[in-house]
Amino acid sequence: MDCLEKICSLLPNMTFWILALMGIVCAVLAVTVRNLVHAVLFLAGFLMSVAGLFITLEAEFLALVQVLIFVGAIVVLFMFLIMLTHQITDLSVPQGNQLKGVAVIVATVLFGLIFYLLKAMKWQEVVLPVKGDIANIGRLLLSPYVLAFELVSVALLVALIGAIVIARKKE
Amino acid sequence: MGLTNYLILGAVFFCIGIYGVLVRRNAVMILISIELMLNAANLNFVAFTKYVDPVKLTGHIFTIFVITIEAAEVVVGLAIILAGYRCLKSIKVEDINLMKW
Repeated sequence: MDCLEKICSLLPNMTFWILALMGIVCAVLAVTVRNLVHAVLFLAGFLMSVAGLFITLEAEFLALVQVLIFVGAIVVLFMFLIMLTHQITDLSVPQGNQLKGVAVIVATVLFGLIFYLLKAMKWQEVVLPVKGDIANIGRLLLSPYVLAFELVSVALLVALIGAIVIARKKE
Repeated sequence: MGLTNYLILGAVFFCIGIYGVLVRRNAVMILISIELMLNAANLNFVAFTKYVDPVKLTGHIFTIFVITIEAAEVVVGLAIILAGYRCLKSIKVEDINLMKW
């Protein structure tokens, strides 16, 4: 029983590190593989690990929204596009251009800057339970943030109409 | 786990996304890398709302809006890529050069 308690007390840390490692591996593979279908599947794995990280952050509704919308709709949209433009899984074409070295340097320098800034900041961490359930989010969306909510609905409508008009076949 | 761990993880995802945007020649791969960057920002928002402001849930609301606008952006971007593929028969971004001098 004692070792079980020890394991259970270590489990939040382990969950974070396992999900973080899975996310980093999926992200690195998503930007480096040649096959486009594999890259989209690694993106789906990355999105699932980010949903797991949302659950460790006590944001269950957001984790489910992430899985539904990202993995359930956006990854499927990518797959539709791959099916419609079916010449792009050509494996003999190299997938990186000549900016690889510069891109690695830029990404590392940017990460170093952000890391230095994050180590220098001290936030006041509050240990309160996050009531991120649907009732609270719904109440917040409809009372303080109702203008942004309506504008986002209009933005979705505009994107829908725009995508249909752009991707239409011209007869 | 502390707030700083989540923020550094978000920074790692963001930098991997920037590497993907700069290196890839395929337009769909560039959109995938933009997805990585946006999800890193979402992770930052949710981490902040757990550790700094758990009562008002501001980060959660912002994340919902980011997810919605990101879905709209992916839809429009993929429609543009599809229209470009119909004209040019290619989705490499270096083939989109009709307006170059």
